[in-house]
Formats: sequence, C-alpha cells, structure tokens
Amino acid sequence: MPVVAMTVNGKPASADVEARMLLVQFIREQLGLTGTHVGCDTSQCGACVVHVDGRAVKSCTMLATQAEGAEILTIEGLAPDGDLHPVQKAFREHHGLQCGFCTPGMIMTAVDMIRRKPDLDEETVREELEGNICRCTGYHNIVKAILAASQEMR
Amino acid sequence: MYQFNYERPKSLADAEALLAKADDPKLLAGGQTLIPTLKQRLAMPSDVIDIGGLKELDFIRAEGDAIMIGAATKHATVANSADVRKHNPALAALAGGIGDPAVRHMGTLGGSIANNDPAADYPAACLALDAKIHTTKRLIEADEFFKGMFETALQDGEIIREVTFPHPEKAAYMKFRNPASRYAMVGVFVSKGPWGIRVAVTGAGQNGVFRVSEMEEALAKNWSPDAVANVKLPAKGMNADLHGSAEYRAHLVTVMAKRAVAAAG
Ligand SMILES: Cc1cc2nc3c(=O)[nH]c(=O)nc-3n(C[C@H](O)[C@H](O)[C@H](O)COP(=O)(O)OP(=O)(O)OC[C@H]3O[C@@H](n4cnc5c(N)ncnc54)[C@H](O)[C@@H]3O)c2cc1C
Repeated sequence: MPVVAMTVNGKPASADVEARMLLVQFIREQLGLTGTHVGCDTSQCGACVVHVDGRAVKSCTMLATQAEGAEILTIEGLAPDGDLHPVQKAFREHHGLQCGFCTPGMIMTAVDMIRRKPDLDEETVREELEGNICRCTGYHNIVKAILAASQEMR
Repeated sequence: MYQFNYERPKSLADAEALLAKADDPKLLAGGQTLIPTLKQRLAMPSDVIDIGGLKELDFIRAEGDAIMIGAATKHATVANSADVRKHNPALAALAGGIGDPAVRHMGTLGGSIANNDPAADYPAACLALDAKIHTTKRLIEADEFFKGMFETALQDGEIIREVTFPHPEKAAYMKFRNPASRYAMVGVFVSKGPWGIRVAVTGAGQNGVFRVSEMEEALAKNWSPDAVANVKLPAKGMNADLHGSAEYRAHLVTVMAKRAVAAAG
C-alpha cells in the first residue's frame, strides 16, 4: 500500500493507505477530522470542500495519494485558537445555516472566494456558490453572511 | 472503486514508460471525470498514472499568433491567465464557466478533451478555433480529433502534451447551462480568424461536438446575428433526455449561435 504524507491544519499526517482511498476518507477516517462532510459523494454538493495548497477542492473527488506533499486546510484548522474565523462569525450572525450539514463546505468555499475576489458582490457570490448545495436556507442568508464577512475582512 | 495501483511519474517520459508497461492503465489528470467514473465502477484500470502534477504539462505560453496551453493546465489557470484574456478572451471565459470553482481548481484541458464528453465546453473551443492537439506521438488537428461521444483519435499509450490555439480576430462562446450539472445543454462557439469562420456546437449532438457549415457560410456573407437566425437544425441526431427534447436542443443551437455572434461583435 502506498504511504502518503501531507500537512493537515499545520500538522504532519501520514499513513499507509489503499490507492483508492479518497482524500475525504483520509481526513475523516484516518485523522478523525469529521468536520468535513460527505454529502452526495458524486462531486456535486460541495459539503466536502477543503483547501489543498490554498485552493478549494472537493475532497470526495480527489485521491488521498494525489494530495502527497500538499498543505490541507479543513474547517477544524480555520480558527485554531478557539476564536471563530470572520466567515464562521458571519454565518452565525446572519443565520447562514439551519441543519448545518453543508456549512463546513460553504465556509471553506467562502474563505477561498473571498481570498480570490476581495470585491465580492451578490451576483458573484451566488455564481461562486455553484458547487455548494444547501437544502435548508434557500441560500439567502449564506450570501448575506459571505458578503458581510468579505466586508469585514477587507 | 475497484483496487488499482497508483503511480506518480516524475516526467512525461516516465509516464509513457509506465503506460507501456501496465496491463490496463488509465491516466489521471484532475480526476474530475475519472474519479466519479471509478467510484461508479464504470472503469477498472489496473494502474492509475497521475500526470496531474507534471510541471512540464502545466504552462501557458503566448508565442507569435497563438497560445500554447499544457495539457495539465487547470481550468482556473486558463480562466485567469493574462495572456489568454488578452489574446483569446472567449477561451478564458469558457474556462471560467466550466463547472464550479472547485472543479476548475482541479480539472484540466487535456482531461476534458481526452474525455470528449458530448456536453463538455473545451471541445467546442478546439473545433471553432482550429486548435492543434500535440500528443506524445503526433500532431492532431481538432477537426480530426473528436470522433464521437466520449471518443477521440487518441491511441493507447498516447498522451496529450499541449494544445495550440491560434488567436482569433473575433470569437465568443455562449452556453445554455444545465442548471443542475452546469454542463452545456447547448453551447455554441463562433469564431473568425485565419481559418475563416467556424461555428462549433457542443451539448446538442448525439455524436458530440460538431460544426454547422450552413451557419459558417451564412456568416461569411454577413457577419451578424441575423445571418444565423434563419438557420434551423433538424432535431434528428440531437440529444434528448430529461433536461430537454431533441427539438428543444435544435432550437437552442440557433438561439445560442445568434447570441454568440452578437457577443463576438
Ligand atoms: C460537478 C462537475 C461539473 C462539471 N461541469 C463541467 C462543465 O460545465 N463543462 C465541462 O466541460 N466539464 C465539466 N466538468 C468536467 C471537468 O471539466 C473535468 O475536469 C474534465 O472533463 C476532465 O478533466 P480532468 O483533468 O479532471 O481529467 P481526469 O478526470 O483526470 O481524466 C479524464 C480522462 O482523460 C484522460 N486524460 C487526462 N489527461 C490526459 C492527457 N494529457 N492525455 C490523454 N488522456 C488524458 C484520462 O485518462 C481520463 O480518461 C464537470 C465536472 C464536475 C465534477
């Protein structure tokens, strides 16, 4: 079995894995970081979004071995000191979640989009959320939360 | 997923050697098509050879009258490239409209055209822009490359290295997205360049991407949306599924062609 080594939330992580192990399985089952969710498991819903070398990707559509040597950031690593990240805070303040299942992916996608596009407007946020599905909120408050966080982080 | 061996070659030459040696190998680039396929157990390769990280396949170069893009260049890189935006804004916009941000962070040009999904975007750009597809074995003209649904001229052991896109004088791509998958229900790429005028359609045809010579001739006489407005395609040979009938797709081709010519200016 291949040995894979990467950095997850700033800490080294390595294991013998089956070649067919997905990154999301590595994160959840090997490392026990269950904040990253598996929703559709068909690359559509975005609940599994994490950052790989600073870019949002769907961890259900990447092999663990593909992440060899990479820096991974999951929802658990976003605010390591216990304070909430501005995007997390904004989701709470603006009620950007109901059941919460899609939230980790939404937040990781939001952090990535704010980094790439500091001057977000509503239309852009909605477009950038193409790959993240929420079945509770109707997106309205998610969009509000992301816009508020992007203002805050400017 | 079935079991497979995973290989990560350090160079294109190593990748070729691994391909030649393995029983039933499959290349992996961004994995945005192959991994879902493996998960559904629709493929059972003995070896997965990961060329996604090969630096020698990840580049964008503007030289002379063309842009060369390495096969492992990601959609997001093409969309954001200053060179592509300057010389071929229609291509940059096309890449920026593929799937969603996470898909664009992984998916590659080479993977998209090798896969030749009948609803994929890049095949329309290649065909409409008279692109040259360079492989480890030869040069293939876009006109000769796309052979039908999920079929290309690629042979076993052949790897796409780069695609050359000559600069167009005018070009635009208009895509009517499937609202769920973001793939093209119908996408039309129109262009004017040293190759003349081309109109390429994706999403609509049962055999994948195709050119519409009647529209090309009409635009040669009169480059305006009106010129294509009266060119109607037959429903025969069009895709039909729960998202739209063959008649609907045939109709959309004309609508998208008109919009594309208008956008190309
Ligand atoms: C949610 C979602 C939405 C999407 N929406 C769109 C869309 O709107 N429009 C669109 O066009 N596409 C869309 N795609 C597909 C996406 O663009 C894929 O990235 C692309 O089709 C395949 O590229 P890849 O690099 O991921 O290839 P992989 O999945 O790694 O490989 C695909 C195939 O190409 C072969 N291959 C890869 N590289 C080479 C090479 N250099 N030489 C020879 N063969 C090679 C592989 O062996 C495999 O058979 C979507 C995908 C997802 C998951």
